[in-house]
Amino acid sequence: MAPSLEARSLTRRFGTFTALDHLDLKVEGSKCVGFLGPNGAGKTTALKMFTDLIFPTEGEAFVNGVSVQANRKSALSSCGVLIETPEIYGSLSPREALEMVGALRGMERSEVRARTDEVLAEVRMTEWADEKFGRFSKGMKQRVNIASTLLHDPEVLLLDEPSTGLDPRGVAEVRDIIRGLKQGRRLVFFSSHILSEVVDVCDEVALLNHGKLLFHDTLANVTGRFTSGVTEVDVEFLQPVPDDLVARSIRPIPGVESWARQDAQRLTLTIAGGPPVKSRVLEGLVGLKLGLVAFKESKNALEAVYLSQVTDGES
Amino acid sequence: MSAATPAPSPGLPAGSSSASRLPGTWAQALLLSRYQFRDYLRSRRFILMMSIVGVIGAIITLVLYHYNGAGLSGSADAFYGSLWGGGVYVVIIFSGIIFGGDAIAGEFQNKTGYFLMGLPIRRTSVYAGKFLAALAASLVATVFYLLILVANGAYYLGAGAVPLALLESFGIMLLYLLALLGAVFLFSSMFKNSLYAVLVVAVLFLFGFMIIVALVVGLVKTEPWFIIDYARGVISYPFDPVLPAHVMTSRTFGGGTTTSYNPTYPEGFAIMIGYFLLTAIAGLVLFEREEFT
Repeated sequence: MAPSLEARSLTRRFGTFTALDHLDLKVEGSKCVGFLGPNGAGKTTALKMFTDLIFPTEGEAFVNGVSVQANRKSALSSCGVLIETPEIYGSLSPREALEMVGALRGMERSEVRARTDEVLAEVRMTEWADEKFGRFSKGMKQRVNIASTLLHDPEVLLLDEPSTGLDPRGVAEVRDIIRGLKQGRRLVFFSSHILSEVVDVCDEVALLNHGKLLFHDTLANVTGRFTSGVTEVDVEFLQPVPDDLVARSIRPIPGVESWARQDAQRLTLTIAGGPPVKSRVLEGLVGLKLGLVAFKESKNALEAVYLSQVTDGES
Repeated sequence: MSAATPAPSPGLPAGSSSASRLPGTWAQALLLSRYQFRDYLRSRRFILMMSIVGVIGAIITLVLYHYNGAGLSGSADAFYGSLWGGGVYVVIIFSGIIFGGDAIAGEFQNKTGYFLMGLPIRRTSVYAGKFLAALAASLVATVFYLLILVANGAYYLGAGAVPLALLESFGIMLLYLLALLGAVFLFSSMFKNSLYAVLVVAVLFLFGFMIIVALVVGLVKTEPWFIIDYARGVISYPFDPVLPAHVMTSRTFGGGTTTSYNPTYPEGFAIMIGYFLLTAIAGLVLFEREEFT
């Protein structure tokens, strides 16, 4: 059975405030799904209901077809969970904490030992394996938390902003880990504020705003649907490019709709079309032999979608 | 962290940790209690608790030494009756506050609950596991207190002067400890803030219940059978040659009378068992409903 997560009319109200409003969402298969939304959109609320940390006012959450609300133990057995930045008992070492996690999950001792070494190496905490958790920085704690979610090689991973508290290198490393996890037979579902991170590792995205699901689709479909295939690309040349040269040589390249100057050497091109058109424009620019040194999207397509859909959601 | 996470380990396919191999509720509780107890033993609170017992033991030892054990020689029952039967409850209350006061509240405030509750474990296991760990840590403290008394007893009364009543009293003390921890865990479940939980437990058990007992007996003139503090009197009964009267009336200077109560054995046991069962269940129900918002 393919790993799956499902929310059926999942709703949570806090007094008169509706944090999550009848979320219907099903993700299935080995893939990575980004859960996006501004602060207060309901992402963490949803993830907490998927892990039984809070209870729904209405609806139900399922992991691999098992209701979390009816049978949390069974539902979470094949799940790795990282919500917020959990603390581990301060006097335990990462090795002991993972030993505890393995024991509670019913793993054999030898298996726990082997996996502990693997996952601690994975999060680069091997040399701290026997130090006390209480002495660690937030980033180090988060690495151990990530290791604990991977210990039993879960089918489903639920991660709530896993990069929180990590330095830029740590953020990049977490991204690499998530990307690597997709190689297994796993469903990775994670919330993030970092759109580039989502674009980098996710196959699908779900966008939440004011507790409501705005859409859930593949990344390509989402960006295609909401941007009408038009993207802005920043290009930079080694030497200044005069306007007449742009009008004569660059504007006529098929796919270039319009252009705007940033400075003598840099332009912003509006390109209509998907990746094949962008590829042809790039080839055309290279063919002009003007010393092209940069060709990148002004803002990623997902960011454009996000900004267009999330209007007043910031809180 | 490496650029590419390896595929599932050989012999460990993704999802191999199925529900079927998860330990049962009580097995998980025992497993958790082992690690929680280890955490207690290494913690500052354990050092604090042992220091408190050490100070109490030192004071007892110094007082006994100063008076050269006067009035104690030849009477092991009197010695253990007053120092164990009449004093161990202080150790139990302190250990209850220190090990149990924030046991549940701390899971919310310190965010350790986010780590535990992401695992496939029932809240009952978490609650029971933490209860067992607090019980074990409290027992270490009471046994330390007992060892101090036994050492003093051996010095003044002879090495063999350990009465059988001490064993009986130890058993009753265990029941009192269970009841007290049950109540402490209930209060701990009511709060998400460790400080509030510890404060409420400390005030209630160090002063509150005592004052309530005094008020109930003095003003309402009713037997305070519903207060756990009242029940602890039976801890010292095994050392008494004659059990105290259940109801005692005495004359005051003004010519009036005062009434005091002593619990009977069945009463004491019933109060402690009742407190343990009711508070443990109520605390668990609260914890089951508490949310990690």
